[in-house]
Amino acid sequence: MLDIISIGIVPFIILIILGHGYIKGIDIYSAFIEGAKEGFKTAIRIMPYLIAIFVAVGIFRGSSALEMFTDILSPVTNLLGIPEEILPLIMIRPISGSGALGVVRDIISYYGPDSFPGWVASIMMGSSETIFYTIALYFGSIGIEDHRHTLKAALISYGLSIFITIFICGLYY
Amino acid sequence: MINTIWFLMIFIGIVYGIITGNLGAINDVIIKEAGEGVTFTISLIGIMSLWLGIMNVAEKSGLMNSISKGFRPIIRLLFPQVPKNHPAERWILMNFIANMFGVGNGATAFGLKAMKELDSLNRNKKEATNAMAMFLIINMSSLQLVPLTVIKLRYDYGSSNPTGIVGPTILATTLSTIVAIIIGKIFEGGRSC
Repeated sequence: MLDIISIGIVPFIILIILGHGYIKGIDIYSAFIEGAKEGFKTAIRIMPYLIAIFVAVGIFRGSSALEMFTDILSPVTNLLGIPEEILPLIMIRPISGSGALGVVRDIISYYGPDSFPGWVASIMMGSSETIFYTIALYFGSIGIEDHRHTLKAALISYGLSIFITIFICGLYY
Repeated sequence: MINTIWFLMIFIGIVYGIITGNLGAINDVIIKEAGEGVTFTISLIGIMSLWLGIMNVAEKSGLMNSISKGFRPIIRLLFPQVPKNHPAERWILMNFIANMFGVGNGATAFGLKAMKELDSLNRNKKEATNAMAMFLIINMSSLQLVPLTVIKLRYDYGSSNPTGIVGPTILATTLSTIVAIIIGKIFEGGRSC
């Protein structure tokens, strides 16, 4: 069932939109071309921001400094009731989506998908985003330099979402 | 703030690499990731062009407008500075919907378009507006309802109930998004733009 949804959703949306436009009698082909022209410009504009983020995250991850932080932080997070097993995930989730998925895979394969850490990791992965990438990309695309409170608010929300996730896992598990 | 975090990631990474004698690996990473930034951008061009093309059809045919009508009160509440019926309204909504259904590259294309529309309402081009901040704060709290990649992963590792996380994930996503909106609103303070 889920497979059908994930495979079918994109063709389905395209079919609905084009079908609707065609019935309405608009020139769908020209409209498509006009919109698609923007894709190239937008993508090229975000490239320097992507390189900046990729390189910084790459250096940080490649140096294994993350493990050092995990060791330093674990006594504090233990005190807060955060399972130590998911600490690496908490650290990497805001900076790298693919890195976080790798950590989720590690947790699931080591502790099992139906273990408590496996649950928390699965749910956390699905209910959070790659914060730094999003900020750099979206503000970069329109040349905003002063982000004001955006990052602060996102990080505080992320911190709270960790507790929300652990609490919900406790209810269901 | 991103200035500091960006520097700290690089600084800590390189210094830690020197201490642990891991500098060779970091050297490789620098070259690899810079190239990765280009490869990723190029891989985005095709799919973003496709989505922007398709959505332009929906914009022209009025479909986007009919869909967004029903959600307008929510958008008005979250982004009071965006004038009624402004294109930003529709692109924000398309981004939210694409995010909810996990169409990631579509969400990015619509989100960038939404930012461009929000920027047309911006008086100080270097500074983020409340609407931009709120839009990104909501995006960064995640809106995806069914995390298919995680379900697939759980299935691959022999979970007895791979989809069991769907309910709690939706609950966690909803609650954390509400929290993010509240925090975003608190930070806005009294500013009107």
